[in-house]
Amino acid sequence: MMNNVDTDKHFKLRKLKNKVFKYFLYFLSGLSIIPLILIILHIIKNGISAVNIKFFTSMPKPVGESGGGILNAIVGTLMLVTIASVMAIPVGISTGIYLNEHRKNRLSYYIQLSAEVLQSIPSIVIGIVAWIWIVLPMGHFSALSGGIALGIMMLPTIIKSTEETLKLIPHSLKEASLALGVPYYKTILKVLLPASLSGIVTGILIGIARIAGETAPLLFTAFGNPFLNFSITKPVASLPLLIFNYATSPYDDWHKIAWGASLVLITFIFTLNIFTRLFTKKYKVKF
Amino acid sequence: MDNIVLQVKDLNVYYGNKRVVRNLNIEIFKNYITAVMGPSGCGKTTFIRTLNRMHEFTPNTKVEGSIILNGQVLDKMDPILVRRRIGMVFQKPNPFPTMNIHDNVIAGYILNGIRIKKSALNAIVEDCLTKAGLWEEVKDDLYKKGTFLSGGQQQRLCIARALAMKPDILLLDEPTSALDPVATAHIEELIVELKKDVTILLVTHNIAQAGRVSDYVTFMYLGELIEYGTAEQMFTAPKNEKTNKFLTGAIG
Ligand SMILES: Nc1ncnc2c1ncn2[C@@H]1O[C@H](COP(=O)(O)OP(=O)(O)OP(=O)(O)O)[C@@H](O)[C@H]1O
Ligand SMILES: [Mg+2]
Repeated sequence: MMNNVDTDKHFKLRKLKNKVFKYFLYFLSGLSIIPLILIILHIIKNGISAVNIKFFTSMPKPVGESGGGILNAIVGTLMLVTIASVMAIPVGISTGIYLNEHRKNRLSYYIQLSAEVLQSIPSIVIGIVAWIWIVLPMGHFSALSGGIALGIMMLPTIIKSTEETLKLIPHSLKEASLALGVPYYKTILKVLLPASLSGIVTGILIGIARIAGETAPLLFTAFGNPFLNFSITKPVASLPLLIFNYATSPYDDWHKIAWGASLVLITFIFTLNIFTRLFTKKYKVKF
Repeated sequence: MDNIVLQVKDLNVYYGNKRVVRNLNIEIFKNYITAVMGPSGCGKTTFIRTLNRMHEFTPNTKVEGSIILNGQVLDKMDPILVRRRIGMVFQKPNPFPTMNIHDNVIAGYILNGIRIKKSALNAIVEDCLTKAGLWEEVKDDLYKKGTFLSGGQQQRLCIARALAMKPDILLLDEPTSALDPVATAHIEELIVELKKDVTILLVTHNIAQAGRVSDYVTFMYLGELIEYGTAEQMFTAPKNEKTNKFLTGAIG
């Protein structure tokens, strides 16, 4: 029949459309990784020559002397991340538990709303708030104020991830524990939290990755420090601050250090991300 | 009578304003299996959850009346203790996913922080898994995750876990409704075996199952206890018209 030819054509056209659409998708998704690859290549190209063991273990040199490292900034960043974590992890996990346990009450609604708003507040504003709350009363910049600013930024991520993972745990699991005569609080601590550990840790790691590169909230809190400092009540250097200061300086030596520091920072964040993936896979609990 | 373990008097249970259990009176006999039957939504689950005070975790629940466990008023007891004396197995198997088989059995001890000797714990594990008819199947895999077992095996693991607390009463809420016929038969055999050690309340939709395993049968309808008697009497000569209709499949 002559109809046959028609359908055949139609079929071919459909196949072609399918193909075109498929390659179009490939193309666009390829396009979205290009900036990332370019950025990474560029940072490696400019930064790799600055990075060696000394870069990690020595202090910055005065202008004019070549070499020098970023030990103060690495120590500072680790301090800031630690302070932020110590503050945000317990508060965030507890809040996430509360939200999951009281899904319908008014307070939960407001907490959830606040967490969402908090997530969208520009980091510089959080820096200003920390400055008003902590720097002004203390009378000087400090690692503590910077850590708290970063901790506030970490909070929403941890709250959300805790709540979301707890939500996935079947109600029957909680009942199993309660029916064994296990008190409510022990049920939460010993049954629900272990079962959602992978999700919670993932949230924490993502939170750390998010704050490790923050500069704005540190400008008037941690402030930066050209010397090695271990005291939380004194100003402290950090990788992003150092990059900012060195990159905006007029000295070529310092530009090189800024590139090197960028490479270190990016590698740190990258490693965190990869680690997060591995962790999520390995410790995912099946119900 | 000292062969009554549990005595329920004028029990009313409300969700908000809705009364779902109405003036329920019953006496449960020691070391027998009592089946709780009735059409969907008649309040079976609600009823048995008040017996180990699990209803306290459901918001807006109100309970009136009294329940007496071995001469003690349930309301005056520590709820934690009540739940150790009255164990519960749920419709869907729910082993703890983070624990291996061994730890699942003694989860009640681990989670409650009850410290006893390791050898004693191991003895409990073997004893309860044996009673639950699971020991031969899992004795070489005790340290594997309980969630790798089949559905029927998981349910037997949950029974072993409940037995490990040495309860007086075991509440089973449709324990086989998520299982295939072979696994179901296995659990039914097990339930009959278990009545030597514990008193069993079995909620079931399956009339044939109630016939196979139970000694006493209760029939609930719209929150009321319509009829309660020996299995023989209930299945051969029910006194109430509704019971008869339910058992012949006309309602439910
Ligand atoms: N948490 C709750 N809040 C409000 N109403 C509820 C709640 N749980 C159950 N109900 C209602 O109470 C009544 C009894 O429910 P219940 O679960 O006890 O019935 P059931 O006999 O166990 O039913 P099924 O055989 O389907 O399991 C039903 O009408 C149900 O809709
Ligand atoms: Mg039910």
